[in-house]
Amino acid sequence: MAMLEVRGVHTYYGNIHALKGVSLYVAKGEVVALIGGNGAGKTTLLNTISGILKPREGTIWLEGERCDSVPPHDIVRMGIAQCPEGRRVFSRMSVRENLEMGAYIRADREGIERDIEHVYDLFPVLRERRKQVSGTLSGGEQQMLAMGRALMASPRIILLDEPSMGLAPMLVETIFDIVREINQRGTTVLLVEQNARMALTVAHRGYVIETGNIALEGPAAELLENPRVKEIYLGENPAPPA
Amino acid sequence: MASDAQVPAKRFINLERLVRPALAVLVAAFVLWRLWDVVMVQKAYGGDTWVRFAISGLILGGVYAVIALGYTLVYGILFMINFAHGDVMMLGAFAGYFTLEAFKSTGVLDASLFSGILAVVAAFAVGMGSASLIAVNLERIAYRPLRTAPRLVPLISAIGASLVLQNAAQLMFGAARHTYANPAILDRNAGWQVMISGKPVLVSYTGVLTFVMSILLMVGLYVLVQRTKIGKAMRAVAEDKQAAALMGIDVNRVISSTFVISGALAGAAGVMWGLHMGIIYHYVGFLPGIKAFTAAVLGGIGNIPGAMLGGIALGVMEALGPAVLGLPFQLKDVLAFSILVLVLIFRPTGLLGEVLARKKA
Ligand SMILES: Nc1ncnc2c1ncn2[C@@H]1O[C@H](COP(=O)(O)OP(=O)(O)OP(=O)(O)O)[C@@H](O)[C@H]1O
Ligand SMILES: [Mg+2]
Repeated sequence: MAMLEVRGVHTYYGNIHALKGVSLYVAKGEVVALIGGNGAGKTTLLNTISGILKPREGTIWLEGERCDSVPPHDIVRMGIAQCPEGRRVFSRMSVRENLEMGAYIRADREGIERDIEHVYDLFPVLRERRKQVSGTLSGGEQQMLAMGRALMASPRIILLDEPSMGLAPMLVETIFDIVREINQRGTTVLLVEQNARMALTVAHRGYVIETGNIALEGPAAELLENPRVKEIYLGENPAPPA
Repeated sequence: MASDAQVPAKRFINLERLVRPALAVLVAAFVLWRLWDVVMVQKAYGGDTWVRFAISGLILGGVYAVIALGYTLVYGILFMINFAHGDVMMLGAFAGYFTLEAFKSTGVLDASLFSGILAVVAAFAVGMGSASLIAVNLERIAYRPLRTAPRLVPLISAIGASLVLQNAAQLMFGAARHTYANPAILDRNAGWQVMISGKPVLVSYTGVLTFVMSILLMVGLYVLVQRTKIGKAMRAVAEDKQAAALMGIDVNRVISSTFVISGALAGAAGVMWGLHMGIIYHYVGFLPGIKAFTAAVLGGIGNIPGAMLGGIALGVMEALGPAVLGLPFQLKDVLAFSILVLVLIFRPTGLLGEVLARKKA
């Protein structure tokens, strides 16, 4: 049974048909990359999974339990955490308070303290800045905070929406290393990215989404070699005609 | 088109740059001149009178601050002015009134010191509890269905709700003025005598209770918002509802809690008003409500310390203002609203409102 399974999901914004029958699954322990251009529907899919948007058709399952039409705050309780596009840290709250908010659904104080230390170990800069108001963090630090905050829910699966957006190349490497580490510690990951090369390097499998449809899917290594992926998402010129 | 639109805007700003400081200097000069005239030339009031003014200003300011917190909490989360807030205060005052009446009619109000204290505690508990309940249902019925509507719509709904509550109170309790039945230990005319420049000044028990209670409520609210889980959730929801939902926070529940708290504060203010001022009626929430709104704007709407500062400042200005400016005392309400207008002209973000303004810019 898959950790997360999306079956034939259609999502609309009013009349705009944003997801046109998307199906995908993420197996337990996997990192799955979802790549696609601007406006392809990646964020829409994550928000549909998180319960922010309701699919008009189709179903979503978490380890065999149906979870479409569950309100977003209960989705988190079921074990799906999202690190949203554009970080969206609580800018007037301190770093530590943001992490506490990530653990809002939990009541095990000791576990929360231990996990805050975990996050600080993963992102040492956050420990230094723990009392700082997070609106004054740099973009990269805010990204780390947003990821740490999502981890604080101790989710079964974490949805990451473009964690490398707007970061310097060095930091992008770090972020992807941490995605790998999070996964090795046992969390399943659905990774949305425009940086297809990095995402597919980290991921086990991948999906390509184009205007609300899944266009391609397969093992990450195969997608990296796919000529269409190479041309559109990796920015390589197609092989010159012989 | 774009460049056409920019030219008049620039001219307007230049004019504004000249007019605003000029107006500010004029207002400041007038205030200083009146102050000098009243205090140094006319010597219209003795020290005891000034102290009396200041005391009543602090008491009134405490009540304004407590009510203003309710406006600011709701504004911080829903970006709307809860114009029915003053009427929630009025209903809280009535709930406290009937509690004291119940104690009086069973004859235990003044049976002992203990029963007197118990009556006051019960009046606060019932007043705060009923006002909370009313505020929560007000949000459910009048504001929640309009959550996604344009911002003017819930504002109009709030004005409608205010009229409904006032008229409901008039139907239930009549239009007559009701006198609060204070227990003997809280007699409105009793208090401590303090000698100021050779003359006695009365510091009433109800005034001290009101002021102390206001401070306790403000401190309590501050601790709640800063330290507790629900307080932090309120701050998270105020900043970003969708991100808060992604943390597992039930946004609707947090909004309801906000109305519970804002209602409890209004109810407490209503009971303080009844105990200290003595008279309540169905319209009694209007002036304090709109003054507290002024106070919230003065402090920076959405800002909690701002509401506290704005409330106290407005109370003191209202009490000292007519004397300082040499105006008839009946004009103190006009003074409060002039302050509202001046704040909106010179500093729309209020005294402490920069954070919010920067966030919205
Ligand atoms: N709130 C909204 N209202 C109306 N249309 C929307 C809304 N949000 C997204 N859309 C539309 O839905 C489509 C998918 O948008 P989505 O945000 O899911 O894209 P995305 O793949 O995440 O793109 P990006 O990589 O730029 O973040 C786009 O055509 C977009 O214009
Ligand atoms: Mg997106």
